[in-house]
Amino acid sequence: MTDEPLVRWDWIARNWANGGPTAISALLENHVVMAFLPVLFGLVVALPLGLACVRWRWLYQPTAALMNVTYSLPSLVLFSIFLSITGLTRSTVVIPLTFFALAVLIPAVVDGLASVPDSVRQSAVAMGFRPARRLLRVELPVAVPVVLAGLRVATVSSISLVSVGALIGQGGLGNLFIDGWQRQFYTPIVVGIALIVLLAVLADGLLVLAQRLLTPWSRARRTA
Amino acid sequence: MNWLAGFFGDAAHWSGPDGIPVRLLEHLEFSAAAFLVAALIAVPLGMLIGHTGRGALLVVVAANAARALPTLGLLVLVVLLAGVGTVLPVLIPLIVLAVPPILVNTYEGVRGVDADLRDAAYGMGLRGRQVLFRTLTPVALPLILLGLRLAAIQVVSTATVAAFVGLGGLGRFIIDGLATKTYADVVGGAVLVAALALAVQFAFVLLDRAVVSPGVRQVR
Repeated sequence: MTDEPLVRWDWIARNWANGGPTAISALLENHVVMAFLPVLFGLVVALPLGLACVRWRWLYQPTAALMNVTYSLPSLVLFSIFLSITGLTRSTVVIPLTFFALAVLIPAVVDGLASVPDSVRQSAVAMGFRPARRLLRVELPVAVPVVLAGLRVATVSSISLVSVGALIGQGGLGNLFIDGWQRQFYTPIVVGIALIVLLAVLADGLLVLAQRLLTPWSRARRTA
Repeated sequence: MNWLAGFFGDAAHWSGPDGIPVRLLEHLEFSAAAFLVAALIAVPLGMLIGHTGRGALLVVVAANAARALPTLGLLVLVVLLAGVGTVLPVLIPLIVLAVPPILVNTYEGVRGVDADLRDAAYGMGLRGRQVLFRTLTPVALPLILLGLRLAAIQVVSTATVAAFVGLGGLGRFIIDGLATKTYADVVGGAVLVAALALAVQFAFVLLDRAVVSPGVRQVR
């Protein structure tokens, strides 16, 4: 096509923080908020729901089926449907993304609790742990690696999916894609993709770090 | 709900080059093309990597990259770079995003076959390729199908977003409706895509029933 370079650094420098709502830094901030709220809400809902599914096994089949259906719906479809309820607001992106996060997190919580060996559970009972304390002090910590694996998938997907929200005017860095497309200008698109991937890698790294801090015993076992 | 009645009740939406039947066919056409190419690349590659164990890193990187890459950004960039107007450039991101789920699950499927089973097959005198096709593939089939299902859903979803860069299909109702603030079209289009995605999901459930050996299903 033209000899337009992929990246114009001076454009980035001028638009990083120009004070307006379309400054790259403002979009980045917006993006982070819209990507993390769904994961946070998802985790808050998935923990009790997952526990309920483990406690009452019959709950799990219908919940899993429902989540499977949700997960198969394209994000743009859910955004469009919520558009008729919540209008052109952030909620129209955050609520559907919360459902996507739930679809990953509920199975993760259930699998995590199922991964606790029976011997560990029985030892805890024998040591005198009551059910509530056993859950908090023994079962949940042992379930951490599986839950965090789900959390990593949910977080990275959420970060990349927010950008589709740009089509309904609420997409954080995704707005750069629309901007670049309308002006046939590569730089905003490349910046958007790079920042989203960077954000995803960073968030993933932080969760890996969190797992190391939350499960010190796994490191001790490896070095022993 | 009024919007839905307005959208589906309007006779103009059922005929002509931008009627529902034409758009649905377009959507199916692009999706099927991208899905087939992705499957032709990813299934053999995944089986090869799973069987030989070489190139496992590629699978991990592909899986993570596919999840982190923003669909819309990739579409916009590729189409701008390759030139607007033709369908082919739009198919590239569709294929790129459909390959990883198939690759990962095929690899995991073949890799995860019980080592005893593999050894038994060799012990019975089967050669490398026979082991792969007669023993590993049938056992790995449920996971391969899972990968194909995820990829098909991904393709249908990406094809919807691709309406923004000029692709036809059901996404047109959503994108054009947003542009003209005709929200009845947006919601109507969304319901159509949702129905298509669920139909794809259901088709794979049936396929799974039809082709997975009962013996393999029992073990699961």
